[in-house]
Amino acid sequence: MMGATFVQLDLAPLLIGTLAAIACALPGNFLVLRRQALIGDAISHVVLPGIVVAFLLTGTIATWPMMLGAAGAAIVAVVLIEAVRRLGRIEPGAAMGVVFTAMFAAGVLILEQTDTSGIHIDVEHALYGNLESLIWLSARGWGSLLDPAALADLPPELPRMAVVAALIALLTALFWRPLKLSTFDEGFAATLGLPVAAISFGLVVVAAVAAVAAFDAVGSIIVIAMFICPPAAARLMTNRLERQVAWSVAFAILSAVGGTILAGRGPLWLGGEHAVSAAGMIATVSGVILALACLFGPHRARIGAAREG
Amino acid sequence: MSGPFLDAFLAALALQAGYNSALVAIGAGLLGAAAGAGGTFLFLRKRALVADAVAHATLPGIGLAFMLMVALGGDGRHLVGLLLGSAVSATVGLVLVEWTTRRTRLAEDAAIGAVLSVFFGFGVVLLTVIQTMSSGRQAGLESFLLGSTAGMLYADAVTIAVGGAACVAAVALLRRPMTLVSFDPEWAAASGVNVRGVDLAIMGLVMAVTVIGLKIVGLILIVALLIIPPVTARFWTERTERVVWIAGGLGGAAGYLGAALSASAPDLPTGPIIVLVSFGLFALSLLLAPGRGVAAALWRRRRFQLRVHRRQGLLALARGEPIFDGLTLKVLRRDRLIRPDAVATRAGAAQAAKVLRDEKRWEVARQLYRDETISGRYDGLTAIEAVLTRDEIADIDRRLGPPTPVEGAA
Repeated sequence: MMGATFVQLDLAPLLIGTLAAIACALPGNFLVLRRQALIGDAISHVVLPGIVVAFLLTGTIATWPMMLGAAGAAIVAVVLIEAVRRLGRIEPGAAMGVVFTAMFAAGVLILEQTDTSGIHIDVEHALYGNLESLIWLSARGWGSLLDPAALADLPPELPRMAVVAALIALLTALFWRPLKLSTFDEGFAATLGLPVAAISFGLVVVAAVAAVAAFDAVGSIIVIAMFICPPAAARLMTNRLERQVAWSVAFAILSAVGGTILAGRGPLWLGGEHAVSAAGMIATVSGVILALACLFGPHRARIGAAREG
Repeated sequence: MSGPFLDAFLAALALQAGYNSALVAIGAGLLGAAAGAGGTFLFLRKRALVADAVAHATLPGIGLAFMLMVALGGDGRHLVGLLLGSAVSATVGLVLVEWTTRRTRLAEDAAIGAVLSVFFGFGVVLLTVIQTMSSGRQAGLESFLLGSTAGMLYADAVTIAVGGAACVAAVALLRRPMTLVSFDPEWAAASGVNVRGVDLAIMGLVMAVTVIGLKIVGLILIVALLIIPPVTARFWTERTERVVWIAGGLGGAAGYLGAALSASAPDLPTGPIIVLVSFGLFALSLLLAPGRGVAAALWRRRRFQLRVHRRQGLLALARGEPIFDGLTLKVLRRDRLIRPDAVATRAGAAQAAKVLRDEKRWEVARQLYRDETISGRYDGLTAIEAVLTRDEIADIDRRLGPPTPVEGAA
């Protein structure tokens, strides 16, 4: 199992899945604490129209125009949600629901209207990605990791995802203190002179970058699951933010690795012949972890919940 | 719009585009009406996005129902069976959202997102399993993601139309207790309404709308039918009872128009078109609704601005101060209170004297009446006659002495 076929078929999806999970789980911690968990849901829906419009404008499915289109759509969505909320005086949840469904519908409509047969953007791909197909064909075993010629043939999603995950980890470390302060006590952070609105917007932008980068490789459903499930499970394990983030990264890695392996090998163990969706399986495993945390996590109850009855 | 498209659209609107299309349009209209009215209760309870979790949680139920029906030797594509399966898993998802919110310290948004993504992910796993089953290759269960009315069976169209009608009937029957509970749960409980039961009925209605809408709109977009019409209706009225009716009407119109539009040309997927029609109605309302609309708000702001400039300009005239502000000069000229060379006209001087006196009366009034109800009304715009009685003003005038003529009024 750990031989040449593993390196060729499983290593790249495993790494890409893991990096995507970490990249989403890091900002996810703050989104969950700020009760903005569903921003991730909204962003991952509007990525579709962004990609479709980028394709229409450039006529290619090159990576960078797509990423820019998706990031642009995410920013448009955030601005629109804010505008609907303020102009219409509508509660944030409903404003979000109005904007992301309309943008997603527009994306599907444009996709149906244009002739995109022969290239692979379709709604299903957008939803559950194609992690299984990201194989490293020229690998001949573990030795290929040192072979420049074989390394050049790695799926391009892998280095891209690695760069984004590293960037997000770096940003989280750099802005740790302001992020922590403004998340727990926005008023106090503001009196210290921190630009709380800018921090809030920056967090959403980082989440959008994570969503867009992960989306291309793994589909939007993992993105939503990774934004919410590992941080939510981690929240039930500890009261300290440092430990919560560590737990969430551990849960994200466990979900990605466990999900990928279960999707590829699980059906064989059960006597089936075909692999199942890795993206779906990763989301499922993260859900199982969250369920266990809800049932057994040491800090699962709300403080004072017993007294409230 | 080209001629043939318009003809096809009009034919579809008049239900002349074929039996199935007509049934689908009627079903979509009824469904939209039920979703709009039912969604209002969710919206008023600020739980709009719970519907998103419910909708995504239907997917594993669809997959499991298909597998079960195949295992029992039947046709896995039987719509009623699939819808029953979806209702069961949606219920499980909803119960999990409630349990997580109540029993753990996670907030409702995290619970919604977790249920939504995990159920959907598990559903996708089941779909890939079904694709590898010998009877599953042509299952077409993906059509439940975005809805698809093309090639719909007659029996399916009937199911949807009947289900939509049943939902509308349920809303009509239960609208009073539902309105009461979503508007003021405490008062409803005090007046003997079973709040928990009505809450369950609201969620049951949302579930029914979701399940019936799966085939037309699809599970990703169905939440739009529950959210957009109530938000739109809120622009047009301040009264709960009317929000329900208007949202139902808007939802019905969007469903019917959208289904007709999508039937009149290929490549117009029903679900997204219905959602976009609904969003179009929303955008129009946001801009144009009287009272809460953006245009109305801008107009009110402009009028307020002009009133402030007029008053300040008149005060400046009365005190003999020069006016430099362009807008102030414009307002005063427009009302013929000053001449083009910025000297007060007869009417301007009279008004200026009156405004100055008003300001002085207020000054005394604010010293005399210390309580908020009177002195709090002072905003530099309200005439004192609107707040105090004639006798009270006469009393103030005795303290002020007789009116003095303003410069230039002679």
